[in-house]
Amino acid sequence: METTSTLEKTLRLIALTLVVIFFMFPIFWIFLMSFQTNETILAIPPSVIFTPTLSNYAALITGKLTTAAGTLDIAFMRNLGNSIFLSVTSVALALVLGVPAAYAFARHKFKGSEDIAFTLLSFRFAPPLLVLLPLTQYFQWLGLSDTYFGLIWVYQLICLPLILWIVRGYFEDISADVEYAYRIAGHSWFATFRKIALPLAGPGIAAAGLLAFIFAWNNFVFALVLASADKQPVTVGALAFVTSSGIQYGQIASAIVLSVTPTLALALYAQRYLVEGLSLGAVKG
Amino acid sequence: MASTATLRKPASGFRISRRMLPYVLSLPALLVCIGILIPFFTAVIYSFQRYRLSQPWARQFNWGENYLNFFTDPAFWNTLKVSLLYAGITVTLELLLGLGIALLLQRRSTVNNFISIMLLLPLMIAPALAALMWKLMTNPSFGILSYLASLIGLHDFRWASSPSTALLTVVLVDIWVYTPFIMILLLAGLRSLPTQPFEAAALDGVPRTFVFFRITLPMLTPYILTATLFRLLDSIQQFDIIYAMTQGGPGNTLTVFQVEAYLNFFQSTNVGRSAALMVILWAITYLLSNIFIKNWLRLRERARGEA
Repeated sequence: METTSTLEKTLRLIALTLVVIFFMFPIFWIFLMSFQTNETILAIPPSVIFTPTLSNYAALITGKLTTAAGTLDIAFMRNLGNSIFLSVTSVALALVLGVPAAYAFARHKFKGSEDIAFTLLSFRFAPPLLVLLPLTQYFQWLGLSDTYFGLIWVYQLICLPLILWIVRGYFEDISADVEYAYRIAGHSWFATFRKIALPLAGPGIAAAGLLAFIFAWNNFVFALVLASADKQPVTVGALAFVTSSGIQYGQIASAIVLSVTPTLALALYAQRYLVEGLSLGAVKG
Repeated sequence: MASTATLRKPASGFRISRRMLPYVLSLPALLVCIGILIPFFTAVIYSFQRYRLSQPWARQFNWGENYLNFFTDPAFWNTLKVSLLYAGITVTLELLLGLGIALLLQRRSTVNNFISIMLLLPLMIAPALAALMWKLMTNPSFGILSYLASLIGLHDFRWASSPSTALLTVVLVDIWVYTPFIMILLLAGLRSLPTQPFEAAALDGVPRTFVFFRITLPMLTPYILTATLFRLLDSIQQFDIIYAMTQGGPGNTLTVFQVEAYLNFFQSTNVGRSAALMVILWAITYLLSNIFIKNWLRLRERARGEA
């Protein structure tokens, strides 16, 4: 099996190079674009040699774009803030609610537990607009349509099932005997949960939380349908950006770079957890 | 009796509720379930109504009319065709590419591990933002890909803004974002396969194509199946990439289910038709997801049994 010929080695190398170029080039190119002015972006032929400028980032961060026609307000920083706030609070809430529930599902087979778990799982795969479109009307009736609270609540539809299913798998992997022993030693249910089960499922909880954060951050359709203009996260904000007049291409690129940096950084930092979480426990072992 | 119990051990008040404990703990999950089910049934009811936001006074049950109209509605058949085409093409190409890349990266080495981490990155980018990135790269006046196309003789190649190449362009973005997902699953699968059959085959000098088709592929099938079904479920309801790239256009070339339902709801304000579309899509995904969940649980049980 190890008798690889030079030809095969070369072919492998070429194939891998093509793969890396295809998947890395867009990131690289947009990154370059974010440091360019409109003149160099529009230059033909395109070139990777240019004098980098921070003006695009400056315009986004100050929120003011000065052009010949006057100043333009950019609300992008607000979008970024919304993304951070919505993702962090949604995941935090989902962890607080989801981890104990996952524990209950894993340890206690009670009436209806499988029904709840399956409903959540099957709606993970249901078209989001099916639920979202009627929700726009419920939100109006309930007065939630212009609130962060409503959005965080809806984001639970993304985060909670994810956390429930992944963490439940990890709890099921832990032998219950350790917990029984600790309980028999006279400790309360809560102490057992906190001192034994939680630490043992720690990596699973981290993986689930990480994945939930990325899904929440990358979500587009929930906020597109339900968020009012001043509560929109980057995914929706960046799109509105493209169509607004006066915005330059370099600024769109730098907005994209700022929007994807958090998830990319997280992915690189915790890629092992991520791979584990992504495979949803399906390929563990 | 209750008073002595509470005196002796404060925890006993807690103990009475122990039977209730699982229910209390899973209450949030239950609430989210209800939060999903209420709008779900509302949508089903809408789908049986003549309901336009522009004519709220004319709202009434028309029972199956929204569904019956689909049979003679070319727009619906277009939606169905584009959705199936999109899902079929993306999943097939992603599966082939993902399997190929996983095989290339199968051996554990520093370079391979580094590349597999790099390939995670597109998957971490929001699909809507990925579409924007490609939109910038395919812009007719300055996009690098338009320039490259002109170099190979494709002058005025208009990518997503031309009806003949719009599907190709969004498929390309989908492949860019989601191939790494299949790759990761299959790579994990490949690396978890037992080594003995391969060693035995190598010892007997079995040809490698034979090893691939008779050993690797069959052993990898559960993983391939899981990855395919998972992607199929996502792909048939793709919204982000298509909406961010073309909003279903040009014309109605890319009005897949969710995009069409969105436009129906917010542009033509035809809630009834929009809901009926979503219910049909839901039925399709429900069937697929039941197969998927069963298959996935079986795989999980097996993985656990081996561990």
